[in-house]
Amino acid sequence: MSATTTTTGRRWRPPPFIANPWLRLALYGGVALYLALALGTLQVNWGRVAEGLVRGWAFIAAFGSPDFTSRWPEIYEGMVESLTMTVVSTVLGVALSLPVGLGAARNLAPMPVYLVCRAIIATSRSFPEIIVAILFVKMFGFGPLAGMVTLAFATIGFMAKLLAEDLEDIDEAQVEAIRAAGASWPQLMVYAVQPQVLPRFIGLSVYRLDINFRESAVIGIVGAGGIGATLNTSFDRYEFGTSAAILILIIGIVMAAEYASGIIRKRLQ
Amino acid sequence: MPTHSLPSGQVEWRRRTPRAVLLRWVCWLLGVLLVVQCWQIMNADTIWEFVYDAPAQGADLLGRMWPPRWSVMDKLWWPLWDTLNMATLGTALGVVLGVPVAFLAARTTTPSAAIARPIALLIIVSSRSINSLIWALLLVTVMGPGVLAGILAIALRSIGFIGKLLYEALEETDPKQIEAITATGASGAQRIAYGFVPQIMPTFAGISVYRWDINIRESTVLGLVGAGGIGLQLNASVSRLAWPEVTVMFIAILCTVAVSEWVSARVRAAII
Repeated sequence: MSATTTTTGRRWRPPPFIANPWLRLALYGGVALYLALALGTLQVNWGRVAEGLVRGWAFIAAFGSPDFTSRWPEIYEGMVESLTMTVVSTVLGVALSLPVGLGAARNLAPMPVYLVCRAIIATSRSFPEIIVAILFVKMFGFGPLAGMVTLAFATIGFMAKLLAEDLEDIDEAQVEAIRAAGASWPQLMVYAVQPQVLPRFIGLSVYRLDINFRESAVIGIVGAGGIGATLNTSFDRYEFGTSAAILILIIGIVMAAEYASGIIRKRLQ
Repeated sequence: MPTHSLPSGQVEWRRRTPRAVLLRWVCWLLGVLLVVQCWQIMNADTIWEFVYDAPAQGADLLGRMWPPRWSVMDKLWWPLWDTLNMATLGTALGVVLGVPVAFLAARTTTPSAAIARPIALLIIVSSRSINSLIWALLLVTVMGPGVLAGILAIALRSIGFIGKLLYEALEETDPKQIEAITATGASGAQRIAYGFVPQIMPTFAGISVYRWDINIRESTVLGLVGAGGIGLQLNASVSRLAWPEVTVMFIAILCTVAVSEWVSARVRAAII
């Protein structure tokens, strides 16, 4: 490249990603300063880490020979809990997100309803699932019911927000046409609004089912039922074979769910 | 067009054929049966006495959480700094590891579609299927509690996210520009540097900032399993049932998440 540009005496350079040189320099300087500070204050017990390398290797080796059998009853029970929790919470959450989503669409709902529904969505979305799970375990007691309520609560925020956005983007002409035919409000919803948003809504529900399964593997750590508790116990006992078996099962189910949801979503569009 | 004849001889429009209506009913029935069955299996061991007093328990909890004990905030600045570092250094490491994986996984750039691509895709799927909390659980068991376990957990989870979005962007690049670069006699590395990188750079920056935002949110809870940050303090306060302190931590977490979301939204708006 340099050979061809010698006619002007200057080597060509690609334009920088950040055009303003001062901003660029300030950014680089800031990053360097931050890295120095962050790495400088990092407290790491290297002795413990070195000790852990042996255990880390044992864990990686365990993936070669996962142990499905010795803890199978616990694994089975945890998986069944996770899967049933996932199904019930998704259905419940999606059902509850319908009215909230309708209320949070500015073009369909009056102002007070809109504000209430947006507040519900904001509350549900701002906390990580596991923190909500801590509170619900406290309220409902240990077990999958608390986990189910947690996941349903998180589903409401997720689905209602996306539904409301879709509703705000619908084609008003179709709504007007149906309204001109003399439709009542419920008829308007069924014949003008629902066909416009339903395919994407179903696709998102399937996607949320997938997310809920992944989350159900986590909230067991704080006692909300599911495979997370079994996994946590197996780590505590250093039974890496069992942990590897559970992780392989989770990855397998997530892959299958992702594949299935991909097919369903493709067929809907 | 499905129609229906009325007794008066008129023909009325229907939305679906009778067959479609029947099929829909069968699907609904099966779906409801599945949910009811799941509900029963799930609640086989539920102790309903604990559930019935949930509203009372909730009210009691709120009563204990208020007023917040603000004095605990003095102890939270250091864990918050740790949380920020876990998210940022974890994202940086995730980017460093995720970018090569993305180049191996994309059909347009992979050196071998038969060997490298499936391996890269497997790495992406494994990393994505496992929540960062589970990665943290694993790493805390292996290398002991601390910020390092948190950084690695965040990085391991980020590889899949960044890898997936980036390889999709790589597959959607404009082939004409790549062809033009190739036609000048560019080597493989030059094709990537001058053909692919300029096309994916905005997407890449957007993905990284977005992931950083998610990672801040996730790193606030990694401490629950011992991986450092504010979650560690939260776990300690929850175990001691010090609910007024928990309230302060919730507020601190909410503010951190809100700030990171604002920063990420601003940066992404500036890039696009």
